[in-house]
Formats: sequence, structure tokens, C-alpha cells
Amino acid sequence: MSDRTTGRGGAPNPAGGLDPGLVARIEAHRGDVDLRLEITATPGLPVALVGPNGAGKSTTLAVLAGAHPLDAGRIALGGRVLAGDGVDLPPERRGIGLVFQDYVLFGHLTVRDNIGFAERVKRGRPAGRAAAEPWLERFGLTALADRLPAELSGGQAQRVALARALAAEPRLLLLDEPMAALDVEVRAEVRTELGELLRGLPIPTVIVTHSRADVEALGDEVIVVEAGEATQRGSVAELRAHPATPYVTRLFATPPE
Amino acid sequence: MSRNRASQQRARRALPAVVLAGAGLALALLILPLVALVVRAPWDRVAEIVGGDVVGPALALSLGTAALSTVVSLALGVPLAVVLARSHAWPVVPRRLLRAAVTIPLVLPPVVGGIALLLLLGRRGVIGAWLAEVGIGIPYTTGAVVIAQVFVAMPFLVFAVEGALLSADRRTELAAATLGASRAQVFRLVTLPLVGPGVAAGAVLCFARALGEFGATITFAGSLPGVTRTLPIASYLALQSDPDAAIVLALVLLAVALAVILALRDRWMPGVRA
Repeated sequence: MSDRTTGRGGAPNPAGGLDPGLVARIEAHRGDVDLRLEITATPGLPVALVGPNGAGKSTTLAVLAGAHPLDAGRIALGGRVLAGDGVDLPPERRGIGLVFQDYVLFGHLTVRDNIGFAERVKRGRPAGRAAAEPWLERFGLTALADRLPAELSGGQAQRVALARALAAEPRLLLLDEPMAALDVEVRAEVRTELGELLRGLPIPTVIVTHSRADVEALGDEVIVVEAGEATQRGSVAELRAHPATPYVTRLFATPPE
Repeated sequence: MSRNRASQQRARRALPAVVLAGAGLALALLILPLVALVVRAPWDRVAEIVGGDVVGPALALSLGTAALSTVVSLALGVPLAVVLARSHAWPVVPRRLLRAAVTIPLVLPPVVGGIALLLLLGRRGVIGAWLAEVGIGIPYTTGAVVIAQVFVAMPFLVFAVEGALLSADRRTELAAATLGASRAQVFRLVTLPLVGPGVAAGAVLCFARALGEFGATITFAGSLPGVTRTLPIASYLALQSDPDAAIVLALVLLAVALAVILALRDRWMPGVRA
């Protein structure tokens, strides 16, 4: 466990620099996608992976979360190796939170039990319910605590998914197309709130999207992924000013929603 | 008031008399025979008849074979349901052939199923002739009753479990794992609640269908008292010799049907969940 002493979570290390956060070099394949990608992410600066469908964005999240194997490379989080170097931790031991595009809440559990799930698997159902309380309050879900996921609006379900993931105290948060399942009318507001939330978290975050609006609002650092490889990296302003590929040009030519 | 509700109220007002009359007749056709059964039942003799030598053995045989058929259907039908659920990714032709194979027993007259089973497993059947040579005879045994029931009832279980598997999202298990749940916890807290009700409902449907099986059983297994004479067959035969016994046998089957509806009320009537 000595690897933990090298830094974890969002705490600044003694040298005063930023926590190393996520440092990943990924080589993997799934279906038609051959993925070769380097990603680093630090707390407070959400990384947006943007690219066309089938470019390997979702595969990247699956590899990071431990749902899909790494062919070669290395994934380290807070100085701790999760995969590579002969290590391959299963999802339940990676400490990575995952928010799915359509949230994938536990349909048979109430909002409270969804959010308390991570604590429940460690210390039992009553502990889980107690642990859910502050998250219900923080995400404005207290009045919905006893509802089932089927009884929630899209925005409410997204907040439950975020609270459920964060209540597990992950060291990295992954979001797959977080706006895709929302009604267009509420997207702008939710997106702004999500940006504030992610920038305030003490952990690195990686967002997968193919929407210009998401990239501009959520991506402090942007990685363009095309056919499994990073074709451009930089800030939104840099990408917009100097698009490296036709895809990037087209992305910023689309109407901003 | 929403437009939708307004139009619903208009629709309710506007129901024509012909529709109401038809619906009333339909309901009467469904319910009145059962009312007659209950009204004409020899209630003062029920205990005596159930304890008698017609109902007792048939009831025991039916409960035993239907339970065994349900166990066999679970053991074979759940794997088949898993394959069927996966087959959605297959090419069209094998996918449809597989689905048709599971559907056939549902739409086939059970007597045809019984004849088909005889032609396969009978003493001169495709496999049965070979079995007979080594001294194994399946027709007209309790085993034949179970085979006939499984043939007719297993598809109910297969489709119920397939439906549960299809609606159960594999990513739910990944979501649980990223929240720190071990494999055992994922199975207990997520997979089982997702699929369990479907399996249970399928088993109840399968049991009810097996218990009521008549055509395939009498064709393939015959009607030997205590060996292959199940409740429905005993009830049919008793109608000629001892009508009171037939009615009591029918009542027992009706009670089972009502119990099934009660057990599955959430599944069939989701709107009236308590």
C-alpha cells in the first residue's frame, strides 16, 4: 500500500504542485477500434474526450473503469497503478466513478438506496441509507429520496447518478455523454451546473462527448479522438483557432445548440 | 384539466351501446361458467371426495409431476432463455428459427404435441424403437407425463426469463462494481433482483400450465390411475362415472389458477400495485 503515500485524492503534494491525478497510456482494441491514447487529468480541470461515433471514446472509459482489458500501457491514478506493469485491478477496486449516458440507476432501489449503494456494500443497508443523507441534501434530492428511478425526470436521474458515483468517494470521475439523455430545453442550465460541480471536485474528471456545447462548457482540456488516436489536444480556444483536422473544423462550425 | 384527460372523458361518455353490450357478453362468457362451477359444487361432499380414491391419487400425481416439470423446465429453460436473449445479435434466419422452435408448443394443439412425442419416443418411434431394444419404454409412464408437461409448459418459462434478461441491463452490474460491490454482492444486490422476479413468474406460469396439461399427456402417457392419470384427465373421466368428483377436481384446478393470478398480479396488473 506504499503507493498510496505518493498522493491520492485531490490533496496538493508536499512539493506544492498539483496531485498527479490520472496518468494513462492506453492500448486496447474493441470491435473495429484500435485505441492508442494518452490521457492525463488533474483535479479542477475537466478533460473532454471529443470525437466522432466509433472513435473509441466509450472504449477509453471502459478501459479506465476496468470493464475492458488493456492490451498494453499503464493506468495510474494518484500515483497508484490500476492497470499495466502486471497489475489489472477489477472495477470494484479501482475507485473510479462512472456516470453512464442514460445513468443506469438501480431500478429496484429508491433514490436513497441508489445513492447509499457504495456505503451499503461496505457496511450494510442502514449505513448506506445514513450515508446517502448529505448527498440527497447537496443535490436537492431530499424530497425525492423514496422514489424509484422510473419516477424521475431526466435531470433528476442525472443528479442521482452523479450523487451515487460521488458518494463512493472515487479518485476519478468518468462521464459518458452526460447531456445526451436530457431534454434540449434543460441542457444549457444543467450543463452550467455540471461544469461548476466538476471544477469544484477534488478529483480529476474525464467527460466523453461529441457535442460542441459540452466541449465548450465542460472541457478545460480537450482531447480530440479520431479512429482510436488523439489527433489534437489543447484548450477550447486553441482548438477553435487552429483546428488540426477537418473533424475539429466541422465541430466548431456546428451551431452551439 | 389536460387535453388528454378531457379527451379520455369524452371517450368514456361516447362509448356506443353495441360496444358495451359486446363487452358485457364477453365478460359473461368468461365468468359465468366459473360461477356455475362454484354454485353447483357439492360443497357438503368436498372433504369426502378430496380424501377419496379418485381425487387423492390424481392430486398427488399432478402436484408431483407439475413440480418436477417445473424443475426440469428451470434447469433446461433458463439456459435456453439465456441463448434466446443473446440471439438478438444473430443473423436473421437462425434467430427466427430458434424463436419459432420455442414458440411452436405455445400455438400447437397439445394433442399434436402428444402424437409427435409418441412418434419420437413411442415403441416404434424414431428414438423410441432404439430405446425399446435396450429395454427402455417411455410412453405410458409417469416420466412420459413429465416429458409431455415440459414440452407444453417450458416455453412459458423460457419467454418469461428471456424478457427479464433482455430488460436487465448488463451495465447495471458494471455500475454496481464501480461502486465497490464484489461479484457476490453484484449478483445478490443487482442481478438477482433484476432477473429473479422474471424467473419466479416464469416458474409459476410453467407450473400452472403443467398442472392443467391434458391433450399431450393423455396422448403420450395415457390414463393409468396413479401412474399417468393427472387431475385434468381424472376430472374428464369422472364426469361420466361420478360428476361430483369431476366438479371437485375442477374446483381444485380453478383454485390453482386463482392462486397463480394472485401470485402474478403485479406482473399482469402493474397499475393496481398496492
